[in-house]
Amino acid sequence: MAPNPSDTAWLFVATALVLMMTPALGFFYGGMVRSKNTLNTLMMSFSALGFVGLAWALLGYSIAFGRASQWCGGGEYFFLRGVMLDAQGTIPHLLFFAYQGTFAVITAALISGAIVERMRFGPYIVFITIWSLLVYAPVAHWVWGTNGFLAKLGALDFAGGTVVHINAAAAALVCAVVVGPRKDYARQAMLPQNVPFTLLGAGLLWLGWFGFNAGSALGANRAAALAFVNTMLAPMATLVVWTLLDLMRTKKATAIGAATGIVVGLVAITPAAGFVSPMSAIVLGAIAAFPSYFALLYRAGTRLDDSLDVVAAHGVGGIVGALMTGLLASKGWSGGAGSGVIDGNVRQLGVQAIAIVVTLLYSAVMTLVIVKVTGAVLPLRMTPREEGMGLDFSQHGEEAYSRGEGAILLLDRRTE
Amino acid sequence: MKLVVAVIRPEKLNDVLEALFHAEVKGLTISRVQGHGGELERVETYRGTRVKMELSEKVRLEIGVSDHFVDPTVKAIIDGARTGDVGDGKIFVMPVEQVVRIRTGETDRDAVTPVGVPPG
Repeated sequence: MAPNPSDTAWLFVATALVLMMTPALGFFYGGMVRSKNTLNTLMMSFSALGFVGLAWALLGYSIAFGRASQWCGGGEYFFLRGVMLDAQGTIPHLLFFAYQGTFAVITAALISGAIVERMRFGPYIVFITIWSLLVYAPVAHWVWGTNGFLAKLGALDFAGGTVVHINAAAAALVCAVVVGPRKDYARQAMLPQNVPFTLLGAGLLWLGWFGFNAGSALGANRAAALAFVNTMLAPMATLVVWTLLDLMRTKKATAIGAATGIVVGLVAITPAAGFVSPMSAIVLGAIAAFPSYFALLYRAGTRLDDSLDVVAAHGVGGIVGALMTGLLASKGWSGGAGSGVIDGNVRQLGVQAIAIVVTLLYSAVMTLVIVKVTGAVLPLRMTPREEGMGLDFSQHGEEAYSRGEGAILLLDRRTE
Repeated sequence: MKLVVAVIRPEKLNDVLEALFHAEVKGLTISRVQGHGGELERVETYRGTRVKMELSEKVRLEIGVSDHFVDPTVKAIIDGARTGDVGDGKIFVMPVEQVVRIRTGETDRDAVTPVGVPPG
């Protein structure tokens, strides 16, 4: 069967939009660290585009979307063998591969928020590359593979609330614990260096998320239209509630709060986007603000240096979204693709909970193994002195904001 | 009265401030400066252009103190700023001819004594 032209055209756009989310995430994160770590934080996202993207092409896609068993795919698509231009659904198989690749990249990059400002760059790259193959790809198979065991169980995850957000957040939690807190954590005030970067990142993430959620319909169809509008409405509701919470608590509506609220709303609607009514999306977005808002406040007072709150935003937001998908999924709106408690299908809530718990456990355990093994071969941390100087210089030999005073051009290439 | 001028690493500023406040040194001015004190050179690369950074970011503290406060102040700065590597910075102690507190017109020792502390 030939691919459908309009579906294919939409997926071209959606793939590019989701690819853009990873640099956007870099700016979202990069604004919240100290200026001496700006480039390192941005690079943690940008480099995922290369390393994780390539691992996806060579091996990951086959592990996720091969058909060997219900636990993971086989080697039938290794090195893109057999990924051709014939239709997979209604779009070319090759385009489907590329679209899914952008998800693998951003999921791995999300983890970096938990370990910024202290983890060495080399082991980070090794970790996310292996993680994308051993954790992301199998979990994607369970939920989205045609014969994945969570798919067969009936778990609903329209665009990756479980596969992307809960999965990355569990890994982030383990990484934050194993790598340990920044040397200045809870000792010194560490202020965000560029809040406009964070707002810019949040805005671009929202734009990209239309590709993430509406693209997950894999066609230019009704489900895509529903997911698109829900992706607009849910974060609006989260933003409003978040702002009101800020105002009630401190009488000031914070900008970083607004950026965070938008991301939490986007995370929460992700699993539900193509299954719930627009009014349900508003309710879902509004409710999702509360747990993440208070989780964030609570975390800041603990010894857990999940520096950019991956757990509070993506973990808590993802779990709330996945559960509320089980509550609010509507047969009428989803065209029969999903029904939740409001349709009288109470079982769906249980299935959602199983998918959440299984993903949390698998991701946490596997992450622990991968980080420990990586750490046994390569030191995960820099010396406290290098950490004090900042990772931009010590890891990349560059500075984000250099003024050039006192810089002398080296003409002799042998001088080191 | 003396003026204590210290040039330290920016990443040690918080430690130094903490040590100074513990030593009850309360009035000070800081500025961000660049300097060179024999540190190992840092080489950075931008698109194949390699540059040697001769000047490093430093923080300069200026603290006016009465004579018996000089030693505790110097000690606190050393405690906070020392890492043991080249580039920890310098402390200069200089005589001061006159100090005037602008708000009250108090001069000299009264002017460098924090508000609420009897001049000892």
